[in-house]
Amino acid sequence: MNTRRIFLRNSALAMVGAGSAPLWLQRALYAGEAPAPRKKILVAIFQRGAADGLNVVVPHGEKAYYNLRPTIAVGRPSTASDKRDDAAIDLDGFFGLHPSLAPLKPLYDGQHLAIVDAAGSPDPTRSHFDAQDYMESGTPGLKATNDGWMNRALPKAPGNSSAGPKVSPVRAVSLGPVLPRAMRGAQPAIALQSIAGFQVPNAEAARQFQEMYTNARDPVLRATGRETFEAVSMLQSILNQAYTPAGGAQYPRGRFGDNLRQIAQLIKAEVGVEMAFADIGGWDHHVNEIGARASEGQLANLLREFGQALAAFWQDMGDRMQDVVVVTMSEFGRTARENGNRGTDHGHANNMFVMGGAVKGGKVYGKWPGLEPEQLYEGRDLALTTDFRDVLGELVARHMGTPSVKGVFPGYDPKFLGLV
Amino acid sequence: MRNRVVLALAAAVCLAAFPGISAYAGKKNASDARQFFKQLPNDRKIQQALNRLTFGPLPGDAQRVKAMGLKRWVDLQLHPERLAENPVLESKLQTLDTLNMTGSEMVRNYPTPQTVRQMVQGQIPFPQDPDRKLMIQKLVARAERKQGDGSANANTNAGAITNTNAATPLRDLLTPQEAGALRTGTPQQRLAAFQALPKEKQDDVLAALPQAARQGLFVIAPPDLRRRIELASGPQQVVARDLTEGKLLRAVYSNRQLSEVLDDFWFNHFNIFLDKGADRYLVTEYERDVIRPHVLGKFRDLLEATAKSPAMLFYLDNWQSVGPDSPQLRGRKNSRGLNENYGRELLELHTLGVDGGYSQKDVTEAARCFTGWTINQPQRGGTFIFNRRVHDDGEKVVLGVKIPAGGGESDGERVLDIVARQPSTAHFISRKLAMRFVADEPPASLVNRMAQTFLKTDGDLRAVMQTMFGSREFWSEGAYRAKLKSPFEMVVSAVRALAGDVDYGFPLVNQVAQLGQPLYRKQEPTGYSNSSQEWLNSGGLLARMNFALQLADNRVPGVNVKAAKAAGPGDPLAGIGLGSPEFQKR
Repeated sequence: MNTRRIFLRNSALAMVGAGSAPLWLQRALYAGEAPAPRKKILVAIFQRGAADGLNVVVPHGEKAYYNLRPTIAVGRPSTASDKRDDAAIDLDGFFGLHPSLAPLKPLYDGQHLAIVDAAGSPDPTRSHFDAQDYMESGTPGLKATNDGWMNRALPKAPGNSSAGPKVSPVRAVSLGPVLPRAMRGAQPAIALQSIAGFQVPNAEAARQFQEMYTNARDPVLRATGRETFEAVSMLQSILNQAYTPAGGAQYPRGRFGDNLRQIAQLIKAEVGVEMAFADIGGWDHHVNEIGARASEGQLANLLREFGQALAAFWQDMGDRMQDVVVVTMSEFGRTARENGNRGTDHGHANNMFVMGGAVKGGKVYGKWPGLEPEQLYEGRDLALTTDFRDVLGELVARHMGTPSVKGVFPGYDPKFLGLV
Repeated sequence: MRNRVVLALAAAVCLAAFPGISAYAGKKNASDARQFFKQLPNDRKIQQALNRLTFGPLPGDAQRVKAMGLKRWVDLQLHPERLAENPVLESKLQTLDTLNMTGSEMVRNYPTPQTVRQMVQGQIPFPQDPDRKLMIQKLVARAERKQGDGSANANTNAGAITNTNAATPLRDLLTPQEAGALRTGTPQQRLAAFQALPKEKQDDVLAALPQAARQGLFVIAPPDLRRRIELASGPQQVVARDLTEGKLLRAVYSNRQLSEVLDDFWFNHFNIFLDKGADRYLVTEYERDVIRPHVLGKFRDLLEATAKSPAMLFYLDNWQSVGPDSPQLRGRKNSRGLNENYGRELLELHTLGVDGGYSQKDVTEAARCFTGWTINQPQRGGTFIFNRRVHDDGEKVVLGVKIPAGGGESDGERVLDIVARQPSTAHFISRKLAMRFVADEPPASLVNRMAQTFLKTDGDLRAVMQTMFGSREFWSEGAYRAKLKSPFEMVVSAVRALAGDVDYGFPLVNQVAQLGQPLYRKQEPTGYSNSSQEWLNSGGLLARMNFALQLADNRVPGVNVKAAKAAGPGDPLAGIGLGSPEFQKR
């Protein structure tokens, strides 16, 4: 790197800091030395509370499924002579989507959506807290891990010298009030509740705060403060911009839809996002999971929001989806058998959705373990045949292009399924 | 086994690769440990006490503690019954009348649309208070008008009442002059115009006003009018508003600060999500009658009070759990059955801790013991009852202890006896308290001593607190300013630091939510995290800075502060100190 370039970067960064740099210049700066190909982006979605995978991707070809769930099963797909809107939407003759996920069916048919079934964490815990923690740290069974898999998966910044940051301060973004475990670690990562709120509007106050945090005695507050103000500068140009989703995309009302819309906005603003995270809670359906019909009730409502948001994101992103993969996960599945209250208790394996332009979709991946009594995990839950790290590891290696995933999932050697 | 070794090695490598990850999580090395034995100088000890036993010092607190003597002050905080309560707090809580009601009183006085329907149908009596009764009759009348059927008998269309907030349009209520006066002039002039309306018209006008206009009136209204405005916007929301405002006001004003800190701690330990169905009307009495009386009492009593509370029975679904071998289920299929939710969280979150040494079998056996612990009429603010017909009365084994068949209601009490006295419970509770009061990674030496006290005194929580406050570790450099304030602690401590006068609390409550901690609305039974790291992120820091500026500049409605000393009143930068890194720590 020659001196002239350093000088240019420094003065340009000063402009960025003052909020006066044109967007093209910011983009050019963070794009690196040459007009490199656009960065690949991974969006992770966490369904907190343990979604009932068996009622999300329904094994309608499995007789045992209907025996285990006499009152809360999703019905077999409609036939031409018997059209029902509360039946599973057939995918491949054996699996079907919950009827509320109808907006995702075209994506599956277009081979942009893949499903990995009987996937999850091999750790036997049925604690929400521990299981979420393990899935986000990427080290099932190990509590001492301090950082998360998404943070470790970020390509290392080549040193933050006085020449200024060489990677975008918003390369890892989580939508929500707290930074999720998956994103914590050595690489800068930010949490924001809303793009518009991500600023101190009073310029003089902002300057004073920036100085205080840059010089804070507490190392953690100092580091977070620095990351924060760098990110604020980076986002300056879009902070007060109205955003209209493209392609007539209609995000559902609510926090999850808002968050996916803002992730789309950030990606399209080309500010250097590489990893994004959002979560959606409320899946812990111990009681009355299904309403009077499978297309009604708590699970149906939540899945409708979930499916509409993912479909809207797809639509909004348009061609840009070529560079983006969205992957979903939930801490564990739920009991194969319904419990005494038309709900399900904590179980084991679940499923994961993988969506993107370059995803080899239109297929349900993974080995189906069956639901006969002797096939169930501990006699009660769907058994696990795919480790969640196989899915995430492949996306990190083959989509993000991280040469080695050893450091991302220490102690584990992911077996790729051929998803991308 | 081999797998575990490999994983452990991998983790060690991984930790070594990122030495600087988190100073909060990392206070582990030898020099950090020594910090817990380095004693603070006396003036810092007072700061430490105020930062940990209160929601932040008020101006002058340090001098007051010094004058009284630190030891005596701590002792008084541990005996809140000896402290006179602040009369300012008592007068501010007076208008929040749901705080003194039972669940069933609230259901009747602040009904949901469904409850109103049931009253009209004669299934539930109307409230006795004539004003309340009138209010509900007005709700009904409005709903009928909405259907264009005002003359019909209420009973015939009661089932169709869905939107009880349907109001008569403003133009039918007021003359153009009256309506104009409500829209023009200063806020005070508008308030005067409203108060000049005939009293019988006022409530209808409130209901008809657009939300923004109602809010505009609210911010200048006297307390009794504010109450009527809240009622006009929807009676059932008053309950949540009272609950959150009450918590905020007590934290700001109470003289019994430690008691308030502990109430916050223990409610969070036995967390309940306010918005889960019937819990909207059950959480008020849960906090008041179940949590508060026991925070310095015996853990076993606190545990049983939570286990039998309608709020917890509803939140963790135990009220619906039916023994697979109960009288009701025998010989029947496809009926209700066992629900493990409470059994699991009792062991994992309330007592032993996730590593406390229990199995899936223990969870199921505990759940069997609690079958029949249920609620009489949960939707009407119900009460605890034991229903023998759904109890599994067979033999159970929990944590290796046999519970013989035929124990009935006492099966659950036996489980509580067993888990409350486990060493892992003593350790889990002690460590969690030390995380709140000492440091994110409290020294093991201290936690062990607290756990010993717990076991020796049969779970006397005051004694455990005394062990902690009597320790070297609590008064050490290692503990000093080692914690990041939670959003609630940040907001309350800021108001206290500026001696703020809180006229009404919901805008501050909203601020706490925006900082990431909506009060009484943590959906998961884990409660909010006790660790600093949880609250440290970019968005959260910016939100704290912005709140600090708004508060000090008197731009947060409902609270009036004397601006920070350094800046003059009206200086938009007066809040810099409250947004500073130092103020985020305690």
